[in-house]
Amino acid sequence: MRDLIDKLGNGWLFCDGGFGTLLQEKGLKGGELPEMWNITRPDDIYDIYSAYLNAGADIINANTFGANIFKYGDDLEKIIKAGVELAVKARLDCGRCNAYVALDMGSLGKLLEPMGDLSFDEAYEVFARNIRAGAEAGADLILIETMTDLYEVKAAVLAARENCDLPVIVTCVFDTEGRMLTGGTVEAAVALLEGLKVDALGINCSLSPAEMYPVVKRIVEASSTPVVVNPNAGLPVVEDGRTIFTVGPEEFVEQMTGIASLGVSVVGGCCGTTPAHIKLLKDTVSKMPFIPVTAKDDCVVSSGSASVTIGGGRGTVVIGERINPTGKKRFKEALRENDIDYIIGEGIRQEDQGADILDVNVGLPEIDEPAMMESVVKELQSVTNLPLQIDTTDINALERALRIYNGKPMINSVNGKKENIEQVMPLVAKYGGVLVALALDEDGIPDNADDRINIAKKILKAADSYGIPRKDIVIDGLCMTISSDTSSAVTTLETVRRATEELKCNTVLGVSNISFGLPAREIVNSNFLTMAILSGLSSAIINPGCEPMMQALTASNALLNRDPQCMKFINRNGNYIPYAKLVAGEAAAGSDGAAGTAAVQASTANTLYDCVRRGLKDGAVAATKAELGSRDSMAIINEDLIPALDEVGKGFEKGTVFLPQLLMSADAAKAAFEVIKSSMAGARQEIKGRIIMATVKGDIHDIGKNIVKVMLENYGYEVIDLGKDVPPEVIVETAVREDIKLVGLSALMTTTVVNMEETIKQLKAAKPDCKTVVGGAVLTQEYADMIGADHYAKDAMATVRYADEVFGK
Amino acid sequence: MKIVPPLKEIERYLGYRGIRPDDQVKETIEDAVAEMIPVMTPRSVHKIFDIDYLGEDRIEFAGLTIRSDGLARNLAGCDKVIMAAFTVGIGVDRLIRRYERSDIMRAAILQAAGAAAVEEYCDIINEQIRCYAEATGHALKPRYSPGYGDLPLDLQKDFERILGMNKTCGISLTDSLLMIPSKSVTAFIGMIPSSEHVPESHDNCEECSLYGKCGFSKS
Repeated sequence: MRDLIDKLGNGWLFCDGGFGTLLQEKGLKGGELPEMWNITRPDDIYDIYSAYLNAGADIINANTFGANIFKYGDDLEKIIKAGVELAVKARLDCGRCNAYVALDMGSLGKLLEPMGDLSFDEAYEVFARNIRAGAEAGADLILIETMTDLYEVKAAVLAARENCDLPVIVTCVFDTEGRMLTGGTVEAAVALLEGLKVDALGINCSLSPAEMYPVVKRIVEASSTPVVVNPNAGLPVVEDGRTIFTVGPEEFVEQMTGIASLGVSVVGGCCGTTPAHIKLLKDTVSKMPFIPVTAKDDCVVSSGSASVTIGGGRGTVVIGERINPTGKKRFKEALRENDIDYIIGEGIRQEDQGADILDVNVGLPEIDEPAMMESVVKELQSVTNLPLQIDTTDINALERALRIYNGKPMINSVNGKKENIEQVMPLVAKYGGVLVALALDEDGIPDNADDRINIAKKILKAADSYGIPRKDIVIDGLCMTISSDTSSAVTTLETVRRATEELKCNTVLGVSNISFGLPAREIVNSNFLTMAILSGLSSAIINPGCEPMMQALTASNALLNRDPQCMKFINRNGNYIPYAKLVAGEAAAGSDGAAGTAAVQASTANTLYDCVRRGLKDGAVAATKAELGSRDSMAIINEDLIPALDEVGKGFEKGTVFLPQLLMSADAAKAAFEVIKSSMAGARQEIKGRIIMATVKGDIHDIGKNIVKVMLENYGYEVIDLGKDVPPEVIVETAVREDIKLVGLSALMTTTVVNMEETIKQLKAAKPDCKTVVGGAVLTQEYADMIGADHYAKDAMATVRYADEVFGK
Repeated sequence: MKIVPPLKEIERYLGYRGIRPDDQVKETIEDAVAEMIPVMTPRSVHKIFDIDYLGEDRIEFAGLTIRSDGLARNLAGCDKVIMAAFTVGIGVDRLIRRYERSDIMRAAILQAAGAAAVEEYCDIINEQIRCYAEATGHALKPRYSPGYGDLPLDLQKDFERILGMNKTCGISLTDSLLMIPSKSVTAFIGMIPSSEHVPESHDNCEECSLYGKCGFSKS
């Protein structure tokens, strides 16, 4: 049955139609599990298979769509086996040996972490069990359909790839805007699926063919893989308690002929379509000319919800470089202390500053890089829409990241060394990705463009042998500082130009290396960036917070006609103050001498105390920086920060200050602390005590806990944040290991308060000297007493007060 | 559909009682709402069922048998009941999650704004359903949700099964029966023949298990 792969994309193939509607006609009740009928009503299932085979379907779905261990437990294998075997039998009896039986798999109905509570690995295992059962029972292909979340799709496809050798087809549900329920766009879905090398991809369910038309058009335009389209027979309407689909066979097929002429390869139906729909569809469409799939040239990276295209006449793409410990004391400290929040903060800031992609490098010799890479990628992809660039030389870290990344990432990097190619390329071939190719090899970095281009050619050839398309290779021409070799920038620019023109490849540079060792590096870097863009540079690894670089980039993109209506340039630089004016303004302020400075200070009222009290984040940062010149950091904390927070906190307790103001002050104080922390990176800091904070098992909303955490940190406590949905054992184990004296637990719902109680019970047994403080929407003093908590805190300030009591501060 | 959560409701969820926020906070709220509106993807699904039995001991419809005094009182006089699910989508959760890392005040505001938005969306769809109900000679009772009063939260599984709300709206349940996206609502809406309908207060806080202890009560 392997010949299905040859047929896909080389001629029309037809899927079957709806299953549920036919089952309901045969008496399936609302809420009854349809797959059960494989055992209890096999004749009815057999009849439906036969009807579709006789109608001409080339691919029929076994009745296994909703079968998974969550619903069927250990009966799963039996049910899948029966469903597939009935289909195989029907195929034989109908004389349709050329038809294929698909193991049909739908969504598991649970959302993956971190938004949901199903882990990626668990989802993988659940799918894998279906796939092994289906393959063993004789399925010819795996059809993963009606998918609403790209992350779940990835788990399913990996499970299929690693547990059988059958062809894999994936269809997702899109709305009329071309978005999935969890936000993924058509282009992001195609990038992910092609990266995973599925054999066909497309869309099903939810829409009628007419509504689907524009979405299908976008899929065909993005996809180099055969496209499958299985629409509904219109929107369901409920008549007399029954669900009816309104688009009959003639109307359905009339709409489908439009779709068939877009260049799709496989057509069929979903909810509401019947054997009559499929028969007429095949009779009509098989007479239409078949349009073969065309290869698309776009270099696309994606996240779970968005995609970025590199090159192809578009503006140079910004890859944010700040998530990287090289030369950054504070960042190294964050890595050593497992301070993920700091690292994620760097990502969010760069997105705000205009990055298109985020480079992620968390390599430090003394840490477990694979584990750190996995947590940072997981956390980052839950807070940013930007695609990530996995930047590591640790091959285990690379594989961990590629496996759990939700999208088609950029990978930094491979080079021309044989050993390196053999390590990196198989992973890229398997998981998909756009690969940065460094123009260096066993002989080092060539000092001329000829040799760099030759290495690039060698890498391209190797990629081809691994089945990695040329469009997914981005050449790094390598920036070496001009302070040691003044011809090095010329060599780099030449390499970029030739990689673009001769190799027809996209290019990337880590731009700032060019000025290492020179003064006024921004001037060198930004001018070099302009030159590199003119030479063809399609992506640049830079700091998007560096204004001269972003100015050079946005201006270059506009000048080279790569910024439609100059909109990006205008949006970014609309408030630009000309340099001469800026200088004149400063001169005027300066000429007034001390009075001028005082006036500026008075007008912004920027004592640190005031900034924190009034919640002015930028002001607090500026004031802290100014204070650090003349005062000791502990004095700043004890004389300004804490008293200001206290004033706001007391107001909150009295009811004169409300939550937003409390948090605004907390944020300002946090920003001020960050300034102080950066200034003393490496030095030991005094802490009042260490506290575990966790949202208990079963609870996945943790904003309350996070608010408390911010407040505690501001008051000088170190918080070990175990996150949400935390099992009691993890909390107890951490408390014992770290010798913790206070644990804060949050629960939102009555159903999860039981887990809070269990946690307290285990904690009291394992570590009697550890106190517990509880809070959360449903908690009350009575509740807290009932479950044996030491203290009930009604809000964040109350938790701070209790911590002060426990630690005697 | 554009949903604009009412400012007053957002303030209520933020804990303001009797006092309006100052201009700075108000501005931040407006800014956060403006950021939230484009990422909302409101979706809903509902089905109408005949009530098969409605007595003091139990209620039966849609193949369910429910024991709840609160729901029984809510549905008194109804001959049909609607099961409905509403969400403003996962984009709001993502936004909140993002700001929890970078700007906790904005996260708290978005949390409140999201809650106000899904209620507003429920009200909009509720009005559409009301039009249908009136055409069949019915009036609607206030929405009544699992977990409220004595109505068991376990019913969430039945909403999922009967409405297919995962596939239709993208609402899924955790093992502890929380809904994701978090800004989602499931509810029963009773349909009572117009002739028997007595209008009542919508804000029936006194039925809630937290009545008297809750900072968000409307009265």
